[in-house]
Amino acid sequence: MHQVSSAARTEIGPSIEELKGTAQVIRRDIITMIHAAQAGHPGGSLSATDIVTALYFRIMRLDPADPHWPDRDRFILSKGHACPVWYAALAERGFFDKTHLATLRKLDSILQGHADMKKTPGIDMTVGSLGQGICAGLGMALAGKLHGKDYHVFVMIGDGESQEGSVWEAALAAPRWKLDNLTVIVDNNGIQNDTFTDDIMPVEPLAEKWRAFRWNVIEIDGHKMEEIVPALESCLYRDPPDSAGAEGHQPEDCDTTVTRRPGIPTVIIAKTVKGRGVSFMENVPAWHGAAPNDAQAQAALAEFAEGLR
Amino acid sequence: MSDHPSRYHHVLPEIVEQLASDKPFGAAKMQATRYSYADAMLELGERNPDVVVLDADVSKSMRTNDFAKRFPERSFNFGIAEQNMMAAAAGMATTGLIPFASTYAVFASLRALDQVRNSIHYPRLNVKIAASHSGITPGPDGVTHQGQEDLSLLRAIANSTVVAPADPVSAKLAVHAAAAYDGPVYLSFTRDPVPTIYSPDFPLRLGRAVVVRDGWDATIIALRDLVAHALVAAARLAEAGLEVRVIDCHTLKPLDVECVLRAAHETGAIVTAENNVIFGGLGSAVAEVLVENHPIPMQRIGVRDIFTESGPYLALLDKYGMSARHMAEAVRQVMARKRRA
Repeated sequence: MHQVSSAARTEIGPSIEELKGTAQVIRRDIITMIHAAQAGHPGGSLSATDIVTALYFRIMRLDPADPHWPDRDRFILSKGHACPVWYAALAERGFFDKTHLATLRKLDSILQGHADMKKTPGIDMTVGSLGQGICAGLGMALAGKLHGKDYHVFVMIGDGESQEGSVWEAALAAPRWKLDNLTVIVDNNGIQNDTFTDDIMPVEPLAEKWRAFRWNVIEIDGHKMEEIVPALESCLYRDPPDSAGAEGHQPEDCDTTVTRRPGIPTVIIAKTVKGRGVSFMENVPAWHGAAPNDAQAQAALAEFAEGLR
Repeated sequence: MSDHPSRYHHVLPEIVEQLASDKPFGAAKMQATRYSYADAMLELGERNPDVVVLDADVSKSMRTNDFAKRFPERSFNFGIAEQNMMAAAAGMATTGLIPFASTYAVFASLRALDQVRNSIHYPRLNVKIAASHSGITPGPDGVTHQGQEDLSLLRAIANSTVVAPADPVSAKLAVHAAAAYDGPVYLSFTRDPVPTIYSPDFPLRLGRAVVVRDGWDATIIALRDLVAHALVAAARLAEAGLEVRVIDCHTLKPLDVECVLRAAHETGAIVTAENNVIFGGLGSAVAEVLVENHPIPMQRIGVRDIFTESGPYLALLDKYGMSARHMAEAVRQVMARKRRA
């Protein structure tokens, strides 16, 4: 359907098993960098890790040597406080040297406490104030259509972030402009800054809300790579590089079948666990915005090392 | 008959002639500068395929629906959703488009200010914000629709350029200058008609204020719709033998510091005039420069610490102390202070 702009930059991604391994590397880097900074948001970084890994290592068309490549796919972490996962993925993918990770939130760092597109290679949009990244993604998708480009725009929002009214302004607008080159992923970890989302201002039922806004809704387990990859591939505006066609496309190592719906934007509601991968952080609201001390960081890294997950 | 036409620069002769009369703009062509914006966008649309116009359900009021008719594929009406419009404009700008996000000043500067700050100005994206109904120019609509703080709010944001053109001629030039500039620009337009006071040779360059009337007794530094009233004040003072310089400070930020200081040194007394709150806008900007460089008697004309009200535009200007007679009185006061000093 669409011409891939630069075949040389198109890669067939790693396998599901390889992706799982990469996700653990990224989790390790998240803990290491937040520990070094002694500030940051581990919970929401870890809940987003598997999806962000799939995007950067299998789904998205990118060129780490040319972060401003006009034909690249875009990713916006609208829940910008979780940027350690973004930084770790970009570094692992080769956008910048990993030594920068230790400078997170420090003076003169390229890694701001919330992501700054002018400071960090690979960051497609400055984020931090919630409810804005999704609108910026909408603008990029509109521009893509206007320019006749086949790139895809992925935006990740949080379930807590869904309390922001501007999220729903964008939700209203994307179907009106038939933005099937835009995919929103809800990192539905059920916890926001103060405590559990249900105890503050419930946002469920999310799927029904998005369906009512006329979106194509896919619900997945946001930690099962076998569900993440086909869901993301199914909504790509162009054909995935390793498939013959979009209709009923089923990667060999994945266990779900999903179909693209032309003219309709897709939201992937991913059930996730805040703090996923570190036993004592999982589903504990206090780890939304707290850094591990030395002992806690060691314990977390030990869990990754032992491959407990 | 007016005083010394040669003291005026870029002001139409027929305007100069009647400034001191009872009906100073009786012969002037009146137009709201929001329409000058819409006209300029049609020209820009022809010239630059990257220019897109974003609306928030006031495209009829701002006449950007003309652009929508001519360039439907480059026109996006977001409905009543200014926050989405501003952040989407930022996203569009990352791809090389030049979005002009159009709405009223209150919504651009208040409703969507977080988006304007964090998504547009912080990453310094090439978005133009076109704000109509600035100041109390939508008189009858009342305070909810009067952008009486927009200039102050936008000026406070880093990376901002704030432009408030005085008349239809300079408004169109300002739109073209904003399009040629790489970075965010806030353009402030009027809802109500204002007189066409300038000739087409008006030298609008961003950041360069224009002396539109020579004088050495005092200076009125004005912007947007109050420049015309400042010219009237100067003409009336001239009848009393006072020669007042009038500066059109169309670019509030970056302020033309050199022009302000030259006026301070050469005239020794300054009145600022803005249809905007007196906090943080033109008066504040000029005061900051003077107090750090060359303190002289100065007075600010603008909306005091008060919410205004519904009413005809010119009646509101008068009630809230921003008409020509208030400026003339302020000039007399700063000159008295200058003499005492």
